[in-house]
Amino acid sequence: MPTTDRTLDEILNLAASHFNVPREKLTPDDDFFKTLGIDSLQALDLLTRLEHHFRIELPDYELQGVSDFRTLANRIQARL
Amino acid sequence: MLDLRQYASLGAALKDALERWPNETCLIEADRDHEKVRLTYSDFKEMARPLCRALEDADFKVGDRAAIIMTNQSKWLISAYSIFFCGGVLVPLDYKLTAAEHLQLLAHSKARFLVVEYYLWRAITQSRGFAKLTVQIVLVTEAPAGTDLRGAYRWEEFRRKGEPQLVARQREDTACIVYSSGTGGRPKGCVLTHDSYLEQCASLTAWYPFWPGVRYLSILPTNHAIDFMVGFIGPFVCGACVVHLRTLRPEFVRDAFVRYRITYVGLVPMVLKNLERGLRAKFDELKPRKRWMLDRLIGMNKMLTRGRPRVGISRRLLPQVHKAFGGELRALIVGGAFTDPSTLQFFYDLGIPATCGYGLTEACTAVTLNDLKPFRADTVGKPLPGTEVRVLNPDADGIGEVAVRSRAVMSHYLDDSEQTARTIVEGWLLTGDLGRFDVDGRGHLQLVGRKKNMIVTEGGKNIYPEDIEAVFEDLPVKEFCVYAANYLWPQKTLGNEILVLVLRLEQNQQFDDRLREEMVARNRRLADFKRVGGYLLWEKDFPRTTSLKIKREELAAEIGAGAARKSIVEI
Repeated sequence: MPTTDRTLDEILNLAASHFNVPREKLTPDDDFFKTLGIDSLQALDLLTRLEHHFRIELPDYELQGVSDFRTLANRIQARL
Repeated sequence: MLDLRQYASLGAALKDALERWPNETCLIEADRDHEKVRLTYSDFKEMARPLCRALEDADFKVGDRAAIIMTNQSKWLISAYSIFFCGGVLVPLDYKLTAAEHLQLLAHSKARFLVVEYYLWRAITQSRGFAKLTVQIVLVTEAPAGTDLRGAYRWEEFRRKGEPQLVARQREDTACIVYSSGTGGRPKGCVLTHDSYLEQCASLTAWYPFWPGVRYLSILPTNHAIDFMVGFIGPFVCGACVVHLRTLRPEFVRDAFVRYRITYVGLVPMVLKNLERGLRAKFDELKPRKRWMLDRLIGMNKMLTRGRPRVGISRRLLPQVHKAFGGELRALIVGGAFTDPSTLQFFYDLGIPATCGYGLTEACTAVTLNDLKPFRADTVGKPLPGTEVRVLNPDADGIGEVAVRSRAVMSHYLDDSEQTARTIVEGWLLTGDLGRFDVDGRGHLQLVGRKKNMIVTEGGKNIYPEDIEAVFEDLPVKEFCVYAANYLWPQKTLGNEILVLVLRLEQNQQFDDRLREEMVARNRRLADFKRVGGYLLWEKDFPRTTSLKIKREELAAEIGAGAARKSIVEI
């Protein structure tokens, strides 16, 4: 199983490439709505990409109240 | 027009519906690409029966308040029906609020019962205020086996055998307490009667009828006034079917249109925009010849549907577009927030009427709706049958505050006579929205701005700035206040709404990175739709009352006159 740091790194890479944002601009504690300039629907889209990447299933509610990459990584890590 | 005069309550109307169409499908629940639940009206009745009996045995009394905190799913509707059947008052709460906010509204509503999904209940039990929970009986859905539910019952096991008895309610009795917003010091619980809902249901279905075979895709949260009416009460009393999705990922929503051949869907502008983006991207991928052809066909459709929608013709002219929406879509019902007219026009030109309306929780569901005779993207439509709309004290352009009078309007705000007296004056509901009747003479209402200090997000959420100040408590500044930018600098337009944090620094204090970081960190504690968009440094002390409360209106006027909107610094 990958470490949480590795998971976090993969999430940042994926978010950067999916939303066309330079990877160096993203940090773990960033508010992804703000940094990526996305709305809640696009955040759900990101969740789908992450599911495919990590081969897990994440219910929508896992994203509720989550807006930074680090918490998101923890939620994903718990399901790996 | 649907005749609901024979029914005194929602419980009676729904009970009758379950008996009238036993073999029609009333509910489908899908999770991703598999179907989890499919119920006929008869199945629904069978599912509700043991719950109603169990409520009776649990000493559920007439007028008892029962809250629901759930995402859209079959158990929401079964629970709501059972509460009405047993003579209760439903308190639908927004599942997107935080656990602390849920606890606050549960206490404010004095709910005795609560039906809640497991993951939301888990958050409530972990919240600091849990010890103060006053609800007596909690039913938790989908709880994993072996988990400690902290005194709650499993919804699936809360059942008794036998035949329950419908508890009669009168039209003027309270059916629901719906929170229009406000979880701060002053929650606004709109008290709506059975008469409000039955009246609203009859007038809405007069323009947008449901019948057995109609399938309504329920995407908006059922706790929201729109979905509660058009995704539950409306379709059920007419024998139609409601489709729930357990995930709202755009790709599954798109699939659902086709798989379930959806007839109507209710959307907030943000989702509509997302659909538009997707379609435009598809159009842009077409080869030049095909794109030229498509543009010609859209032009032709536009011409043929100028006076009214002609669904049959549109489906023949643009079959691929209509197939992508399942081929049977009759209307996209858009509400909850300001909608960009160009987006509405885009869909109408494709032969898919995106009908925009105007409503507020205080008026049950809708006040005006576009009846498509003719379609007008730049208005919020005409007053619904039985609804009177007036523009108060119009200026030279005919613009004034919109006031509403109808049987659908709430009776009062729960336990807040002061707020009620300010909002309902001589029988007219003062909406705080500014509008005018269009010069076309056909009675279309145009909204042009807001008179009150609030914003409505694209996702349809009402946010009162006062309610989010708690998160900035003890910010190391002399004083602060949160406003809606459009309230400080009144706009003759809707949209582009943001919240501004007005900061008054201590003498000799400099705005530095530490303060900025503190502000950003606190802002992040708020749900994303509630966040402040920018800050403004104010050089004077805030005017205060003798009891040291900020004189908000006075301060707003000072800021509006003394600073420019462009001096807001983005956070």
